[in-house]
Amino acid sequence: MSRLNVELPGLNLKNPIMPASGCFGFGREYSQFYDLSVLGAIMIKATTVEPRFGNPTPRVAETDAGMLNAIGLQNPGLEKVIAKELPWLSQFDVPIIANVAGSLEEDYVAVASEISKAANVHALELNISCPNVKTGGIAFGTIPEVAKQLTRKVKEVSEVPVYVKLSPNVTNIVEMAKAVEEGGADGLTMINTIVGMRLDLKTGRPILANRTGGLSGPAIKPVAIRMIYEVSQAVSLPIIGMGGVQSAEDVVEYFYAGASAVAVGTANFVDPFVCPTIIEELPPILEKLGFEHISECKGRSWKQHEPFAHYRA
Amino acid sequence: MMQKEFCRIISQTEIAEDIFELSVKGELVSQINAPGQFVHIRVTDRWGPLLRRPISISSFNKATKQLTMIYRKEGQGTALLAKMVPGMELDILGPLGNGFPIEEVSSGETALLVGGGIGVPPLYELSKQLAAKGCNVIHVLGFQTKSTVFYEQEFLKNGETYVATVDGTYAAKGFVTDVVDRLRFDCIFACGPTPMLKALEQHYSDKKMFLSLEERMGCGIGACFACVCKKADDPLGVSYKKVCSDGPVFRAGEVVI
Ligand SMILES: Cc1cc2nc3c(=O)[nH]c(=O)nc-3n(C[C@H](O)[C@H](O)[C@H](O)COP(=O)(O)OP(=O)(O)OC[C@H]3O[C@@H](n4cnc5c(N)ncnc54)[C@H](O)[C@@H]3O)c2cc1C
Ligand SMILES: Cc1cc2nc3c(=O)[nH]c(=O)nc-3n(C[C@H](O)[C@H](O)[C@H](O)COP(=O)(O)O)c2cc1C
Ligand code: FES
Repeated sequence: MSRLNVELPGLNLKNPIMPASGCFGFGREYSQFYDLSVLGAIMIKATTVEPRFGNPTPRVAETDAGMLNAIGLQNPGLEKVIAKELPWLSQFDVPIIANVAGSLEEDYVAVASEISKAANVHALELNISCPNVKTGGIAFGTIPEVAKQLTRKVKEVSEVPVYVKLSPNVTNIVEMAKAVEEGGADGLTMINTIVGMRLDLKTGRPILANRTGGLSGPAIKPVAIRMIYEVSQAVSLPIIGMGGVQSAEDVVEYFYAGASAVAVGTANFVDPFVCPTIIEELPPILEKLGFEHISECKGRSWKQHEPFAHYRA
Repeated sequence: MMQKEFCRIISQTEIAEDIFELSVKGELVSQINAPGQFVHIRVTDRWGPLLRRPISISSFNKATKQLTMIYRKEGQGTALLAKMVPGMELDILGPLGNGFPIEEVSSGETALLVGGGIGVPPLYELSKQLAAKGCNVIHVLGFQTKSTVFYEQEFLKNGETYVATVDGTYAAKGFVTDVVDRLRFDCIFACGPTPMLKALEQHYSDKKMFLSLEERMGCGIGACFACVCKKADDPLGVSYKKVCSDGPVFRAGEVVI
């Protein structure tokens, strides 16, 4: 019997491990290393109505235990993703979670209604949290009422369950989570990157052409764990957790915090085999820790104790 | 086809000030298909420094399964690399990208190879292969200062070699572009700082030319969109090329540099 299968709205996962959006393209590059069917799911690169070029370069800058990126949602656009990328991915036995982005409410609605019709798209991930685009993104991800309204609009047109990707760049993440729950979200994914900046020692100027970028990698894991710990106690939506995951131990920690599945982003750049390696290493670690099934780890950080009254209010 | 492999370090030598020549042995050498391809190196088995470092392949030998790189000790990553000794294993992803098209120069024609600083290394394998093919090869190599000059003798074996240093402490004083003006050739291959590549592209737009670009990278394999540049025929549009997987070598005029 598998210790790893997980059921989530729209997603019947053979294991809870999936590459995070923007860190795996549309899978083509990584398919040269391993059979993508071993993955629990794939979160594809953000898709917008029109093709986007994104920001000028440099678009990435390394930091201690992390990296900043300011890609700017470069993607080939809805039409091409539906005509080329999704059909190509359908050769693999793996559900796709389509990351949906835009500048205006109607952009999100347009992408969601079309892309959710694709046979292998089993869920949407509403990207209301990209820190690297000038318009749209930020208000959707930081003002609870706006996020709720957008979620509702997208839910109306989507043919598959809708997960909303939360931004850590807010003062009260629980409030955001509750708002999108009220808007009808089926699940949450968190966290997106944390806004940061690096300066060049010689010139004194920002290294990134966009000046600021989103911090990802091991450096942000404690922030993600804390936020999932808080949100998972405050809402009843399942959470796909992400931020600095690089090992099977990290996955267990995310489950302890309250996640129901885990996405791996930046670590793919460091080790292209990181996802299959984690999937292989999970069962022996669960065995060692005394769990029959991964779901037993879920919410352990707060289940044994009284949850904070504050988050239940 | 790229691979990820732990390659054994065969030798590592400091050949000029802060310039290291590193040779490794691995199966992935059999996959190299052109001079100018690069590898992506993980300099630690920990997660800091986090990202891999792109380094060009400066020469290779399929019979011995060895490849050689030449790099400058710059920051954290290359400083760690410089501490490694023969016998240790290095996590290498490669070969990556598309290299220089040697078929563009016929036997008897003259190829001009222009390198600046750490752009010089990938030209070495190119020089060997062009010379072996019977092409006339001329090298113009630019360095900052005398102590950082390397491989002059090696390049000399394959053809005429001109060296320039920015501060004039060795050979001609000035930039490589000053030297190039005096030479006759059919095709240019160049790798080095962006201003150098731009100058070449502007001055010799009538010549066949291939340029190797550099850009900050995330994945190195085409998945993350970190390393894109605009296509020259659509400078305001959304067309693009990825330096890691479409390049790093481009025909002059193909992309905006
Ligand atoms: C296709 C390609 C081929 C290259 N070939 C060579 C070579 O043969 N020899 C050589 O000495 N150098 C080469 N470089 C440059 C080399 O990648 C950088 O010098 C190296 O990454 C610096 O790492 P660091 O940790 O020492 O510096 P740090 O400044 O600490 O690096 C911080 C981050 O910035 C990136 N970075 C810094 N400088 C550069 C740069 N010039 N280009 C791209 N990324 C950079 C690093 O990869 C790292 O992610 C090449 C670069 C590219 C893109
Ligand atoms: C280069 C890069 C591109 C990204 N692109 C997207 C994107 O298009 N859409 C999105 O929702 N998140 C994007 N992200 C955020 C990741 O999906 C993830 O939420 C974040 O990086 C944290 O996970 P990690 O630390 O494992 O990378 C991107 C991250 C990186 C590093
Ligand atoms: S470095 Fe990721 S696409 Fe080129």
